[in-house]
Amino acid sequence: MQHLWLIPTLPLIGFAVNGIFGKRFPKSTVSAVAVGSVVLSLLWAVKVLAALGSLDTPHVEQYFTWFQSGDLRFGFDLQVDRLTAVMLMVVTGIGTLIHIYAVGYMAHEGGYARFFAYMNLFMFFMLILVMAANYLLMFVGWEGVGLCSYLLIGFYFLKQSATNAGNKAFIVNRIGDFGFMLALFLIVIHFRSLEFSVVLPAVSGKPEETLNLIALLLLVGATGKSAQIPLFVWLPDAMEGPTPVSALIHAATMVTAGVYMVARSAPLYQAAPLAMEVVALVGLATAVFAATIGLLQNDIKRVFAYSTVSQLGYMFLAAGVGAFSAGIYHVMTHAFFKALLFLGAGSVIHALEGEQDIRHMGGLRKKIPVTYATLMCAGFAIAGFPFTSGYFSKDEILLAAHHHHPWMYWVGVVTAGMTAFYVFRCLFLTFFGDYRGHHHPHESPWVMTGPLAVLALLSLGGGFIKIPQYLQPVLPREETAHDLSLVVIASSAGLIGIALAYYLYVLKPALPDQLAQSFRGLYRLVYNKYFVDELYDAVFVRPTVTGSRTVLWRQVDVGVIDGIVNGVGAVARIAGGVLKLIQSGNIRSYATWVVFGSLFLIVAMGLLVVNTAAGGAR
Amino acid sequence: MDVFLFFLFAAIAVICAVNVVVQTHPISSALSLVGVMGALAVLYLLLGGEFIAMAQVIVYAGAIMVLFIFVIMLLNAGEESKQSKSLVAQFLGIPGFFALLVVLAFGILRLFPNAPRVRFGEFTSAGAEELGRSLFTQYLLPFEVVTVLILIAIVGAIVLARKEMD
Amino acid sequence: MQGVPLSWYLILSAILFALGVAGFLFRRSIITVFMSIELMLNAVNLSFVAFSYQFKQVDGHLFTFFVMVVAAAEAAVGLAIILTVFRNRATLNIDEINSLKY
Repeated sequence: MQHLWLIPTLPLIGFAVNGIFGKRFPKSTVSAVAVGSVVLSLLWAVKVLAALGSLDTPHVEQYFTWFQSGDLRFGFDLQVDRLTAVMLMVVTGIGTLIHIYAVGYMAHEGGYARFFAYMNLFMFFMLILVMAANYLLMFVGWEGVGLCSYLLIGFYFLKQSATNAGNKAFIVNRIGDFGFMLALFLIVIHFRSLEFSVVLPAVSGKPEETLNLIALLLLVGATGKSAQIPLFVWLPDAMEGPTPVSALIHAATMVTAGVYMVARSAPLYQAAPLAMEVVALVGLATAVFAATIGLLQNDIKRVFAYSTVSQLGYMFLAAGVGAFSAGIYHVMTHAFFKALLFLGAGSVIHALEGEQDIRHMGGLRKKIPVTYATLMCAGFAIAGFPFTSGYFSKDEILLAAHHHHPWMYWVGVVTAGMTAFYVFRCLFLTFFGDYRGHHHPHESPWVMTGPLAVLALLSLGGGFIKIPQYLQPVLPREETAHDLSLVVIASSAGLIGIALAYYLYVLKPALPDQLAQSFRGLYRLVYNKYFVDELYDAVFVRPTVTGSRTVLWRQVDVGVIDGIVNGVGAVARIAGGVLKLIQSGNIRSYATWVVFGSLFLIVAMGLLVVNTAAGGAR
Repeated sequence: MDVFLFFLFAAIAVICAVNVVVQTHPISSALSLVGVMGALAVLYLLLGGEFIAMAQVIVYAGAIMVLFIFVIMLLNAGEESKQSKSLVAQFLGIPGFFALLVVLAFGILRLFPNAPRVRFGEFTSAGAEELGRSLFTQYLLPFEVVTVLILIAIVGAIVLARKEMD
Repeated sequence: MQGVPLSWYLILSAILFALGVAGFLFRRSIITVFMSIELMLNAVNLSFVAFSYQFKQVDGHLFTFFVMVVAAAEAAVGLAIILTVFRNRATLNIDEINSLKY
């Protein structure tokens, strides 16, 4: 017994304390509780992992039966294996850094205690998600993080756009969760259990169509949570939330839950080749699609948001081609550099008092040097610059993709080039050239730059933590030939992207506008994100709203529902109208009724007695 | 002797009871009711209930009826106002009364064809001692409940009857 | 010397009860109605005592005792209600006290 339950419970306590008493606490107490609970959780996780050692077999702790129906038992069970260990470290580690950072970032914001309460609640649900020993508990965490995501996107709830973005995230995620739930139902029907330890070893004996269906429905859930085509639209809007939220939830942890879930279900997917192929295609398509949108965005957080979507696509590609461990590897490295990118962006925004448009930045290299240096580290990592963390994980993915289908490799390489280009376009516009805004930039306090520095080190050196080797017992991978030329091509694509960005945005700043002029149509299409939002609006949202308004409201609700309710009322009124004649208010008439009633009873009983007496006499 | 006493006091009880119902002045009704109670007390005695007979005289005829008369005097209740009776009362009243009586009597005679004959002094174990013993052992809980009930009644009566105080 | 059959006591009880019902139904003065209720209670008491005699048990007497206590409580509260009603409506005629239907 390692008391795994303490790991998620500590943030839950933090949530409860800050949620209930936060308003009365001074800010220092609130931050101490919030950060302290997460740090304790991290320390306990480290202690547990150290005590468990090599974790060759999963360590499961069963706490209590949540509910039971016939032979179906659903327990509140937590487990730790190597896959969970990686996620656990990423979630608690990055979570701790971002909590510390948020102390500085949120210092001047309203709703300080509320923010940290939500963040702690998120940590609780995320830890439940990664530590769950069955699909049902995982689903609890899954829904919980969705809730926290909604609460934190809509954190500035007085802002219409923020609440809209929160609603959008919640509703789009509902669609995905619907698929997830259907998958769970199917698993229950076919496997009579939701325990990983029961379901996953049993896949071999099941028909392939069933497995394909389950895997595809799980993928629907994953596309919702991890912002893949077609359900990616909520993630860019989610940037309405405070930046630490974007870093923690919408870059480092929650959005990778889909990848984690697919990796956790790896045996299931391996037995479902069609679903695998779909996962790879969805991932690849998302990677390319989001990368092209990212090329032309001007909001610093939106660029990184599309970058997140694109990188998540890479992870799905990895999972789809069978390299689950490479996907998790990328989850970890991406958590490092994308959290750093967002936190750095937050630092820039903080420095410019809320400015998010990179067209109004520029020349900040000298003014906020720490932010600049750390962000450049993140940029090199995401671009796959040799021996940074992104380089290792991306290479793993691309090599696996090449092994699967060479064309996937080439698309991936082009995407890597685009990634490097748009990230550095953003960084160059922010830090080079002349300052184009009108604020007075100032460097952020140490509580913010400290986490940045730690994350920069991890972004550069995190790739040397060889996750695929560590995960070998849990997620076996095919050994692929380490073809040096493919590695070189992949990294040079990143370098070309950086160089192109440098040429266009530092050396020849006028050129991009001329290019935009000459490719006007294409530019507008990409700049408006391929009109996907408008398309969804026209195809799904408007018909739903109009249908609800005209048919469901005016016809069904007014006609049928209200008709039933009013009908019940009318019947009651008519019946009452008849019955009230008895209620004259005259005491003696009441008494008469009583006498008649008792006479009736006496006669009835008398007859009964006489009959039985007669029967007995016979 | 038993038969004679029974018929004497039964007749007194019935006559007084009829008087209770037909008298129009409440005071006459109340005094007739006292008569019914007194006759009943004697009948209780014939049935061996010496304690209950005493209680009947003291509590019922003594306390409760005094309370009635008190209220009648207090309200200065006069004769009932004459009103046209409802049709139901006019045509079904007396026949209905006798119908009820016949049904009850028929039921009683049917149920107790061989009822024991009542002789004075045959059943003597309902004196104060036996009653008290039973009341404070077997019926202790009902007894306590009833004490609470009467306390509540006292409080309720005070609340209801006092003048509105602002 | 033979006594009267016990059933005669019960018939006497029935007569008194029926008279109480009649008084309850046909009288208008609320006080007389109330006294009719007392009459009914007494009739029931008589049958309790009669049954007690038949079974040679003390329980019937105890029930009579309880009925008396309840009757006392009822008289106290009922008369207080009559007082209140009279104070508010200035009448003792129950046909005029008919606003309970609302």
